[in-house]
Amino acid sequence: MDKFRMIFQFLQSNQESFMNGICGIMALASAQMYSAFDFNCPCLPSYNLAYGMGILFVPPLVLFLLGFVMNNNVSVLAEEWKRPTGMRQKDPAVLRYMFCSMAQRAMIAPAVWISVTLLDGKCFMCAFSTSVPVEKLGNGSYTGLSEKEMRRILARIPCKEIYNGQELVAREVAVRYLRCISQALGWTFVLLMTMLAFLVRALRPCFTQAAFLKSKYWSHYIDIERKLFDETCTEHAKTFAKVCIQQFFEAMNTDMDLGHTHSPEATPSEVGEEKEKLLGITDQGTMNKLLKSWHKCKPPLCLHQEVLQNGNGWVEENQHRNHISLPKREIVTYYSKV
Amino acid sequence: MDRFRMIFQYFQSNSESVMNGICGLLALASVKMYTSFDFNCPCLPKYNMAYGLGIMFLPPMALFLCGLILNRQSLVMLEEWKRPTGGRKKDLAIIRYMCSSIMQRAMIAPVIWIIVTLLDGKCLVCAFSGSIDPEKFVGFANVTPTQTQLLLAKVPCKDDELMKNNPARKAISRYLKCWSQALGWSVLLILIVVAFLARSLRPCFNQAAFLQTRYWSNYIDIEQKIFDETCCEHARDFAHKCILHFFESMQQEIKLRRFNAPREEADGEEDHLRGITDQEQMNELLKSWYYSKPPLDTNRCLKGALSHWEGTKMHLP
Repeated sequence: MDKFRMIFQFLQSNQESFMNGICGIMALASAQMYSAFDFNCPCLPSYNLAYGMGILFVPPLVLFLLGFVMNNNVSVLAEEWKRPTGMRQKDPAVLRYMFCSMAQRAMIAPAVWISVTLLDGKCFMCAFSTSVPVEKLGNGSYTGLSEKEMRRILARIPCKEIYNGQELVAREVAVRYLRCISQALGWTFVLLMTMLAFLVRALRPCFTQAAFLKSKYWSHYIDIERKLFDETCTEHAKTFAKVCIQQFFEAMNTDMDLGHTHSPEATPSEVGEEKEKLLGITDQGTMNKLLKSWHKCKPPLCLHQEVLQNGNGWVEENQHRNHISLPKREIVTYYSKV
Repeated sequence: MDRFRMIFQYFQSNSESVMNGICGLLALASVKMYTSFDFNCPCLPKYNMAYGLGIMFLPPMALFLCGLILNRQSLVMLEEWKRPTGGRKKDLAIIRYMCSSIMQRAMIAPVIWIIVTLLDGKCLVCAFSGSIDPEKFVGFANVTPTQTQLLLAKVPCKDDELMKNNPARKAISRYLKCWSQALGWSVLLILIVVAFLARSLRPCFNQAAFLQTRYWSNYIDIEQKIFDETCCEHARDFAHKCILHFFESMQQEIKLRRFNAPREEADGEEDHLRGITDQEQMNELLKSWYYSKPPLDTNRCLKGALSHWEGTKMHLP
């Protein structure tokens, strides 16, 4: 159980690790879904292709979008993209990094589905059974059949029980042929994906590694900042509620007609402590202003500057935009006391 | 057991997590229910469609209502909607936000039921086997229309005498299943696209107001919980003191008089009664909590609160 807890904690440590976990689960779910899905080829000439290709491509699309939906970074990315610049510049490189990292993770489950589908072969067989080369595999000189009739017979290849074209093309031959092509495609796809992943990973340091490290850091920062902001807001709401309710009870108490209070009010230090946790935000109006300002004008990424603005005042952009401190020039003079 | 406790604790960490947990459980329950349900198509002309569509739509409605009932937030939202304004204004945006969040969570299990039903195909085959065009399939020549309807209705039943060896049965079944699965995947795709658009386009619309709404709806939830906890503590102390009082009054009548003088609290004992010491007072407090919630401003002086409370008291029935 300790191991489980450790894994759980590790995965939760940041959004990327969490997404890796979700990614793995979705890949497994994708394989499980495929085996649980009851593939049911219609065995009709015009429906086969649509059904086969649909099963090959629609679930991967669903899984890809699901990978984005489950990733909290989607809203972080959209928010970062759409926010007014305010006091903090926007860095398109960070946005690109976030998007790439999300897209890469979201692509794993669809790739697993497509590989499993192609390696299994049922989809491909259903979709392309009407395109089997009859001259090569079967009795090409089987006359007396119109084009339409032949397609109808070939369309029944995936359905064992109703296939009636044994004289035209032996079913096992056609099935083996189609499966072979399907599996070859499947393995090629797997190889391509793996090679692509390898290249991306191995060649990354050759291209602007410094800029990459910067983007990675700031994208983690944005994620952590958002999480901490949400936690701080929740803590604040809790304290606000506690103080509000305490004051409500006290108000009831002071109005009682008894004339003397039974209650020793909560010790002043306790009340003071709670109020301090409110960080100075003590009413609805101020809280609303704070939240609006968080979106419209995020604070600059600079901790040692003297904060000149009051509350939500707007500081001139040029003052903080490029805070390059001019190097101080020191001049040393030596006196000779000779 | 340790694992369960850890998972339990993780989900309890905040109420949104609890709701997500319940949501997931309902979704799993929905799938399990479907797989263990013994689907039993009547294979009679008029009953098929009613049965098939009934199985497809009635359980989702039940699951939806379950999702609403199990969500604590629905009560909080209704209370916030119905309360008199009192000292605190009502913000419709918060109520809308809570409503939409509740609906979204409650809709997951029904949607999963419908999709699993469509992907499995049995329901649609049962419901629509009587509505297909018999000309498309071989095996219905030289059959009267009423006989055709009867035969078509028997398609979902594999072991039926009349249709067991009819080659068209499998073809029809497969045809309908194909449509059912295509419909299932399309519905799933549309829903995922909608969810994706909603998630990624949210910050483009009034993000600042959204942050405010989310904060205050969370606040209302927390406030309700803390109020309940405070009342519990109060009730416990109230009962404790009441019972002590009762026991002591039994012993000596003189000790009764001592209760009128201010009592010293035992050192270190926190007084949870906060001055509310009898039924009338407690009833007034609870009534006032509903009719006139305090304004969201912890800076207001007590005198102001006092006059305000007296003012609203005049409106209490």
